[in-house]
Order: sequence, then C-alpha cells, then structure tokens
Amino acid sequence: MAPSTAKPKTKYVGRSLTRLEDRPLLTGRGRFAADISFAGQLHMRVVRSNFAHGKLRAIDADAALALPGVHAVWTAADVADIPPIDFRLSRIEGLEPYRQRLFASGWVRYVGEPVAAVFADDPYLAEDAAELVTLDVEELPAILHAAAEPGEFEPGRSTEPAIVRKGYGDVDSAFRAAHAVVAATLAIGRHSGVPLETRGAIARYDAARDVLELHGAAKVPHWNRDQIAKMLGRPASSVHLYEGHVGGGFGIRGEIYPEDVLVCAAALRMQRPVKWIEDRREHLIAANHSRQQQHHVRAATDSDGRILALEDEIFYDQGAYMRTHAATVPDLAAAMLPGPYRIPAYRANAHIRLTNKTPCGTYRAPGRFESTFVRERLMDAIAAKLGLDPVEVRRRNLIASHEMPYERPLDTLGTHIILDSGDYAGLLDKALAAVEWARLRETLAARKAAGELVGAGVALFVEKSGLGPFDQVKIDVDADGMVEVISGAASVGQGMETVIAQICADALGVNYRKIRVTHGQTDRIEKGMGAFASRVTVMTGEATRIAATALRAKAIEVASEMLQTSADLLDVVEGEVVRIDAASGPSVELGAIARALSPDSPLRHGRAPGLSAEGWFHSNHMNYPYGVHIAVTKIDKDTGAVDIERYLVAYDVGKAVNPMLIEGQIVGGCAQGIGGTLLEEFLYDERGEPLSVTFADYLMPTVRGMPTVDVLISEDAPSPLNPMGLKGAGEGGANAVGAAIAAAVDDALGAHGAVTELPITPQRLRRLIRRVSDH
Amino acid sequence: MSERSDITLTINGQAHAIRVEPRRTLVDAIREDCGQTGTHIGCEHGVCGACTVLVDGAPVRSCLMFAVQAEGKQIRTVEGLATGDELNALQRAFMEHHGLQCGFCTPGFLMLVTGVLEREPDITDDELTDVLSSNLCRCTGYQNIVKAVRAVAGEMRQRRTAQA
Repeated sequence: MAPSTAKPKTKYVGRSLTRLEDRPLLTGRGRFAADISFAGQLHMRVVRSNFAHGKLRAIDADAALALPGVHAVWTAADVADIPPIDFRLSRIEGLEPYRQRLFASGWVRYVGEPVAAVFADDPYLAEDAAELVTLDVEELPAILHAAAEPGEFEPGRSTEPAIVRKGYGDVDSAFRAAHAVVAATLAIGRHSGVPLETRGAIARYDAARDVLELHGAAKVPHWNRDQIAKMLGRPASSVHLYEGHVGGGFGIRGEIYPEDVLVCAAALRMQRPVKWIEDRREHLIAANHSRQQQHHVRAATDSDGRILALEDEIFYDQGAYMRTHAATVPDLAAAMLPGPYRIPAYRANAHIRLTNKTPCGTYRAPGRFESTFVRERLMDAIAAKLGLDPVEVRRRNLIASHEMPYERPLDTLGTHIILDSGDYAGLLDKALAAVEWARLRETLAARKAAGELVGAGVALFVEKSGLGPFDQVKIDVDADGMVEVISGAASVGQGMETVIAQICADALGVNYRKIRVTHGQTDRIEKGMGAFASRVTVMTGEATRIAATALRAKAIEVASEMLQTSADLLDVVEGEVVRIDAASGPSVELGAIARALSPDSPLRHGRAPGLSAEGWFHSNHMNYPYGVHIAVTKIDKDTGAVDIERYLVAYDVGKAVNPMLIEGQIVGGCAQGIGGTLLEEFLYDERGEPLSVTFADYLMPTVRGMPTVDVLISEDAPSPLNPMGLKGAGEGGANAVGAAIAAAVDDALGAHGAVTELPITPQRLRRLIRRVSDH
Repeated sequence: MSERSDITLTINGQAHAIRVEPRRTLVDAIREDCGQTGTHIGCEHGVCGACTVLVDGAPVRSCLMFAVQAEGKQIRTVEGLATGDELNALQRAFMEHHGLQCGFCTPGFLMLVTGVLEREPDITDDELTDVLSSNLCRCTGYQNIVKAVRAVAGEMRQRRTAQA
C-alpha cells in the first residue's frame, strides 16, 4: 500500500480516443484468416457450377484425383448425412425446403454454387485439380426476374416460398377517402458488402482432446459453433470457434456458408487441418449478395400532404436458396418502411422470390437502404403532386417528440417496434441549418439559371439498433492488475474493443489502455450473440457496465477491509482504490485486491475467489436512432456522371461513446451507400451468367469518387432502454444515401420522380437526361 | 506443374532463400514462403492494392508480379516501417486520424504512400488524391486516410522548408 495523491478522475466515455486495435494492424502483425496455417494442412478448392440452372447429371473427378498430391474430391454423396444450413434469424413457415445444402445435388441453381471440393497438399495444386473436375449439366432456362410470374424451384415447389405480410389500420378506406393518391414503381439493384478480405476458414481436429477447432470465425461465433456441432453430430462443448482479425463484415461475413462446414467435416474425416481461402471471383459469386428489390408503392394523402395510408407490394430477389437470414431482409424492409412518419394505416406484402442468382443475406442497413429509398422517393412524389416543398411535406408527417415512445403496430426481428425516443423535427432543423439550406437553395437556383445541372436532396430515416435478447460479459482482474473483459460479441473492424474498454474504464475506474477486450472465442465464454444489427455498443456495452459496476463494488468492499476505511469513502481511480476525502493517503491497487482474493489468501474471508464479476443485460426491444442525409449533386450532361459536391449526415446516437469512431462508421457507411447508389451492381446475362466477377466490373468508390462527408452527431434522444442512453451507429451512414442522391439528381434534372432505379449509373442517367430534354 | 527454382528474396533488408515455381506470385512468396503475412491479398487481379509493396522503391501490386521477377531487388513491406516498438510518422498519423477500421487494406495504403512520398515529396494534395485512388478501402470512406496522409505530407514539406 503506497501513499497517493487524490487524482482527478479521468472520464473515457464521450471522448475521441485512439483505438486499442490499431498497433498490430499498422505493423503487419494482424492475424486475418489467410494468415493462419497449421502444419500438415490440406487446402480445399471448391468446384462451382458454371451454369445458372440445370440438372446435374454427373461429375467426373478422375483426372483431378489422378494428380499427385490430391487427396480427395468430395461431392454431395460424400456429405449426404449433413443437413442443410439452417436459419439464424426470421424463420417463417414454408422456407425450410429452400435451404442450401453443402453441395448441389440433382440441380444446380446459380453460377458459383458448390458442386464439389478438392483437397490437396498445396493451394495451387488444389486449383489445378479443381479445373480438371468436369460437370455434366443439362441446362434449363434461368429464372432471373423476381417480379415476373413465379417458376419452379423443384417439381411441386414454386419459386415464391412465402410472402411477408405486415400492416395495420383500414388501408382501403383511407385510399377511398384520399384527396390524392401518389404511386411509384421503384427498384434497388443487387449489390453487397464486399469486404476487402475475402472469406476464409481453417479447421483442425485435435484427436487428443476430441476437439474440433474452426479458425477464421466472424460475426456470430457462438451461434455458428452450435450449428456446426449440430450439423456434424457433435456436442457443442467439443467445438471451438476462434475469431482472429476480420477484414470487414458488413453483414455478409460470418454467417455459416457451405465452405465453413466443409472444412470442419474434412478435418474430422481426414484427420488433417484443412484450410480454405476464398478468391475474389468466388467471393463475388458465392458470398451473400443483397438489396435487390422492386417496390410498387402507393400513398393516400389529404390536401395538406399528410399521409393517410401507405401500401407497398415488394418483390424481393433472394437468389437461389434461403440462407441463414431467412426472411430478415424483406421483413425489415416491410417493417421499417414507415420510417419517421405518422402512418395511420399501412399494408406491405413482401414476396420472397427465388431466382438463379447468388443467394442473398443482409448488408449494412438491410431492408432500410431499400425502404428509405422507396419512402423518401414517395415523399418527394407527394410534394410534387401537391405542389408543396419536399422538406415541408416531411415535416408535416413527422412523429413529434412528445409522442415518444411511439408504438408502431408492427414487429421485426422478433421484437415489437416501439420507437423509443427521438426529436426528428429537431434533427431536421439542425441538418438544414448546418448546410444553410435556404441559402444553398438560392445558390443552386442561380447556378441552374446559368445552365448547370445541380440540385439538392433531403432524406430522413429511422434506424434500429441494440438487438437483444441478451449479452453476457465477464471481467477479471489478475494479480498484476491487468483487466480483461471477456465478451461473446465479435469485432468486424468497427472498433468494439476500444468502445467496450472505454465503458469499462469509466464504470470500473481504470485507464482504457489497461483493459484487454477478448471477443469471438467460444472457449472463453459460454454465451455470445456476436456483432450484427448495430448491437454491440448497446448490448455488450451495457453488459460491460453492469459487470464493471459489480466488480468495482467488490474491489471497494475488499479494499475497505484492507485499508480499514468505510467503503463510501473509497473510489477506484486509474486502477487504484483511493480515499475520496483526502488529497493523499493509503491506497490499494486492483492487483493487490486480486491477490487478496486468491483462493489461498487469508484476506479472502470466505468470499468467492478472484476479483471478477459477470454482467448480463437483457433487452426485448430494439432502440431506434435516426438521421437526416442531405446531398448536393452536379450532373455532367455528356458523361452521365454524378458529382457529389456536398454531403451531410446528421445522426442522433443517443450517447456517443467515441465520437471519432462513430464518425468513422458514418463516413464508411456513407461510402458504401454511395457505391450502391452510383456504381455497384451485380449484373447477369440472359443465361444467368454473372458479369460482375472482378473489381474491374464491380466498381466501388475510390478516394476520387468520395465527397467530403460532413457528420453531425447529436445526443438529443438518449435511449430509455439502457442507463447510458446508448444507440448503435453502424448503419445510419449507409441508410439514406440512395434516397438523398436520387432526390438531388431529380432536382438537378428539374424532373420530379425521374430516378426510379438504383444504381444511377452513367448509362441510366444519360437515358434520363435524354428523356427529360425530349419533353 | 513446372520446375521449381531457387531464388533469394530480400525483404526489409533480410534475405530469404526460397524455392518456387515460376508461376508463384510475389505476394504468395512473401506471405507463405517468407512468412511475412502483413502484406494482404484482396483481389489477385491488381485492382484493390491491398498487396502493395515497394520493389526498389516503387509501389508494386505484388499479386501481379512473379516471385522470380523480384530476385535481386529490394522489397519493402509493412513489417519494415516501424523501428522496434516505435511507429513511424505515417503509422502514427493513421492511428491519430482513425485512418483504419478493419485494417485489411492498411498495409497496402501505407506502402503506397511511403513509396509515393519518398519519390515525390512535393506532391500536391490533388495529385495525392489521384494516387490514393489506386487502392480500395471498404471501411473508412477514405476521409481519414486522406487526412492522415495529408498531415504527414504537410509535415514533410514543412520540415524541408525549414531546412532549406
């Protein structure tokens, strides 16, 4: 016990602190999937269908098997005992028969579908061998349009497995009584997360311990552990998943795919480690796509532009199979379409349609990027039809802050939608003020008069975050005073270690840099929900606060005995328990308290051994951050290019733990939104052959294509669902980009409702420009 | 499969004697044969730039070069930037400006910028934008990468002005 001076207590939450994650990543010491290797490993190469649709009559692997160093070629027959990959979220009736098995059997249904796998000593050799495997396929016509009449998935099964229906109120009466009815047909293109690191999976079976290990896990390691154990008929306690560094997630990485299960099965049967690293072409045709939807939307309004009812018929292109997300994307699209507006009556039918394309899953702001585009296009159309200002129409329909919490009679992701808090009009005002909206409009009007094609667009949205139902966190202080937070959440590069450490630092009273945050290791904690749906800061953050608070109380209680001082005179400051009533005096470090609680310590006095605590946070409801996007664009008449001159994202996050990281999430999300709005699209030819199979075909934003994004973070509406008021920040940057840029492009063209389809590629925009100038 | 040949790759001043097929890419040799996994593979067709290394001072897509072509040349990778535990100015700037999230593209950006600033210390901000547009990042939206790089380029310019 050393004398100390009372230090001013440092606060960590709310500050833009540098990240704990950065050092290994900046020095080349990261551990991404491809960086993991085990002695004696085999390399797997997947043979994929080169037909979009057909009967798979035979597979000839003789030539591949004849190559020295090739150990096996597996096809469906080799894994017939392994069930299809099950649903993780949004399971609804009727989808089961459409789940994907590890290999195609009987039919091939998209280009890229795994048909066989080669296992060889060397990855180059495995690729050589895979090219020697030949498929005998009787080609069938490809189904490529989700909005066309449904076809046949297999005899007796339609390509429309289910319709997601949401709604409330008397929609038909509202339409009959409407002053105006505004309708639009809108489409969102097929694009996806496309992380810079492709997928990878390395499995190893340790016969000595009878443990199967899977390395390269991401996003939802615990759920995947349970599923892999179930699929392979093993107890979950004998399967461990390990998350290393993850090169971007965005929703698509970390779901279970056939390849993950294949390496595990192969490692078990071949008794050698098996490594699979996806190449980029594979990634672009095999990992989840997302977004592709067509909406037929209608609004009934009164003469003031107030919405009386909203109706939407959605055709969702799921691709060839139902994957782990089941109905998640159409469900979210239908449930979140009403956004920040008062919608007295509502009806949405989302048709899930299978096509002969890569299967789909979630991608950052799933269902919301799409439905925000649709809803905000409709708001602009209402304004145009009634001759009102687009901002004013929105304002008239916004849910007011005094109406919060606002119950929407809809549910999604197994939760009822209750908008927990928000001042939508307040944030709209702040965003408009930040861009000096009135002056901006004048400047644009003057430039338009001078012949420039410039315009501005505004879009509002409600996000969702903090999906439960629970999170568990354990915190342990070792004899040296090092703090470890162990969580079942996952990192996808978003900075969760830093954020969790900041929360723990404040609640416990230690420096955030003295905290190690462990995540994604299923052998370190029994339960974990992973990282998706902008849930980690909220759920894991609050579980961390609860655990740290309990640990602090325990430390103070023991220190009170050790220092013979009343507990209410003690505080934990920078890892030391000190007196709060004296500038100096005796103190005790957390490490010393941990030593006092060691199992053999005489100071323990019957307490449970160890300076550790556990925190559980349960939540049955999501919370709802919200935002405003404003875009200013200039169109090049000759090239059809859209130059984004200015972009603002205003976002209310409830409580900002690390504003720098939130800004990073928003700008990064915005870049992906810009990609999906102007550039990115998975295209297919009429036979279902994918045309976007390299980064030269699938274009993503570069530095040159990115505007400076101004970010306005507000904390006006803390969530009442957790004590810190936290809401998530992962998806708001992407959410409304399509909507805002579409409105800005319309404005620049001087044509209401011109943009009906994303992405707004130069070809499409040139068609629009010609159409507008023909009028 | 063709004959393997013995070559020596010099990475960050250290010689690695390896035996490779003629078709082996430089990035695979750096990662798998020399064990330097800081250089990442993002697309294997020369677009994303995650595998950028310096070969005799010039930024090179190591997925588009064969290992045998790099024999006798000085290769520099991300592992060579820091001095012991001390990050260099560019690495520090990336940390301070939050120029990385998942960190997968980061080594490629660091090596691209290192090569460019060494060769063209007077490069303008606008030219830097063009140079940085040769690599892809999927997390940051580039804003903070640009800030970090401009900060370092600006410091370098200032130092030279002060010395002149």
